[in-house]
Amino acid sequence: MTVTEVLEKEKTSQETILKVENLKKYYPIKGGILKRTVGHIKAVDDVSFTVFRGETLGIVGESGSGKSTLGRTILRLDKPTAGKIIFEDNDITEMGNRKLRPFRKNMQIVFQDPYGSLNATMNVQQLLEEPLIVQTDLSKKERTELVDEMLEKVGLRKEDKIKYPHEFSGGQRQRIGIARALILRPKFVVCDEPVSALDVSIQAQVLNLMSDLQDELNLTYLFISHDLSVVKHISDRVAVMYLGQIVEIADKKDIYREPLHPYTQALLSSVPTINRKNKRERIILKGDLPSPANPPSGCPFRTRCPFAHDICKEVRPQLKDMGSNHRVACHLHA
Amino acid sequence: MTETPVLEVKGLKTYFYLDDEKVAKAVDGVDIVIRRGETVALVGESGSGKSITSLSIMRLVDKPGRIEAGEILYQGKDLAKLSEKEMTRVRGNDIAMIFQEPMTALNPVFTIGNQITEVLRKHMKLSKKEAFERGVELLKMVGFPRPRETMHEYPHQLSGGMRQRAMIAMAISCNPKLLVADEPTTALDVTIQAQILDLLDEMKKKLDMSILLITHDLAVVSEYADRVLVMYGGQIVEEAPTDKIFADPQHPYTKGLLESLPTLDKETERLGSIKGVVPPAYRFPKGCRFSDRCPYAMDKCQAINPELKHTTFDHKVRCHLYE
Repeated sequence: MTVTEVLEKEKTSQETILKVENLKKYYPIKGGILKRTVGHIKAVDDVSFTVFRGETLGIVGESGSGKSTLGRTILRLDKPTAGKIIFEDNDITEMGNRKLRPFRKNMQIVFQDPYGSLNATMNVQQLLEEPLIVQTDLSKKERTELVDEMLEKVGLRKEDKIKYPHEFSGGQRQRIGIARALILRPKFVVCDEPVSALDVSIQAQVLNLMSDLQDELNLTYLFISHDLSVVKHISDRVAVMYLGQIVEIADKKDIYREPLHPYTQALLSSVPTINRKNKRERIILKGDLPSPANPPSGCPFRTRCPFAHDICKEVRPQLKDMGSNHRVACHLHA
Repeated sequence: MTETPVLEVKGLKTYFYLDDEKVAKAVDGVDIVIRRGETVALVGESGSGKSITSLSIMRLVDKPGRIEAGEILYQGKDLAKLSEKEMTRVRGNDIAMIFQEPMTALNPVFTIGNQITEVLRKHMKLSKKEAFERGVELLKMVGFPRPRETMHEYPHQLSGGMRQRAMIAMAISCNPKLLVADEPTTALDVTIQAQILDLLDEMKKKLDMSILLITHDLAVVSEYADRVLVMYGGQIVEEAPTDKIFADPQHPYTKGLLESLPTLDKETERLGSIKGVVPPAYRFPKGCRFSDRCPYAMDKCQAINPELKHTTFDHKVRCHLYE
């Protein structure tokens, strides 16, 4: 084992920071003249997993898979329908806003579109100071010191403090978004498609910055993305979501080398890569994602699965450990 | 090789005249040759001028922009000199275009059938009934499972991938010789992207078309293009067959892009990155347009913009390092 591997192992020393148990988030569909609830969008449908301190857990899925809702629900930005969210041994599922406040300091989010998520009428100083005003009793001088320090960490100049979001490029705006999320020194950060809106060369700058900050500030990331290449680069472990459910979760090495779920296999084979030689056979999935308002019975993937048989229609497969924490929800591996 | 190319762009310049007397040289001297049956990729980041190049070829550049110089030769005709009326005949009939966001390119208040038959009746002079039947055939060809029903559906009733299929059906309806595809899969999920790119490839072979693929995605390029043009600062900085550009990237910008791209077949702790950002088109650096971001920049690079020159018979690069 090399030194980096040892360090890597220590980094994910299996100390749980967040535990999600049977989490559900349903959105009601209103219909008819009386606007009665006629059904539910099952955005997150019975999801359980653990996040270890210091690691990056990647969540991949296509649009409509529920990955963003999952991130928002964990942070209690949306109210869960059922299940449990346990952060550092505290059950935060039912907490009211007042009780949640100290936890919010430790759980932050970086959004995809830094332009939409930053208040356009505030300059950088105000944007970064706001969380400090809400969460701490620091003096103006102390706050300004922290703002300056944070700006330097994310690679922006102090002189930029008086500028407004529109005066920055996309990459710089995302740096501001990251600075704002990290200024309270959170322990856990949900990164929701943080580099999807950026050009390749800028994306690399921001990904490198996020890795550096993770080491420096001892952060745990839940990294949500549709981009399997980016997730592979940044994650320690990866969970694959389909129609509100986790269908496979494993160490990065295992899941990319030997994906077990037919959906993960198809997903990986669809990603275009540069090196043509070690390309896997492409599996073209038929059809589109079914509507989360009316998901298939049994296994959510069965309508597009090349291996579907009778049992898949009747029984929803549960995540099963196939060894070394490689867990998959598929009747082929039952 | 002596066959006339399907499209030949020579010295194309498209400038935008901004309010404050600034001139944005979005496309500044671009040459492109597209041969029969070939897929040529024009790759670049936002602000590189790749989309304006494709819009210029279609003569769809609006004020304050205009084609400043250059020829766009299609079957001996210079499209840059055609009247708007003549150009309308070329669009769709000879050269068709598909866009990134099919929802904005399709008209939301007309059915798919309305929109596809409109093209067929206008360009192919078909009767209403013939056009409908041909429309059904086209939808079937691009993979609609119930083409006859889909003819009566509205764009919002289709998923993103299906909308892009409908766009492709319309684009190929008059058997164009060239399809300009501007980021055709950027808005789509990866499994749907694979479906659409495979469909484009299949249609290209079936209809003997050429494709100009505009994209920012190098991985897509590596799988689908025959030849690659890398664009930066309104100019082509490197041009080569696809295999060569990935095996032997020469321009520092191309190299930087490839190093900064995370891919499934690469194990890297740290991504390479290019410092700085793409400069706006009204404020390019003097000399080489990449010189302010280039790790190898020399004095000469700040003074003189290099020419696009051959390094081998099929590989061209715009860089002083190769002189």
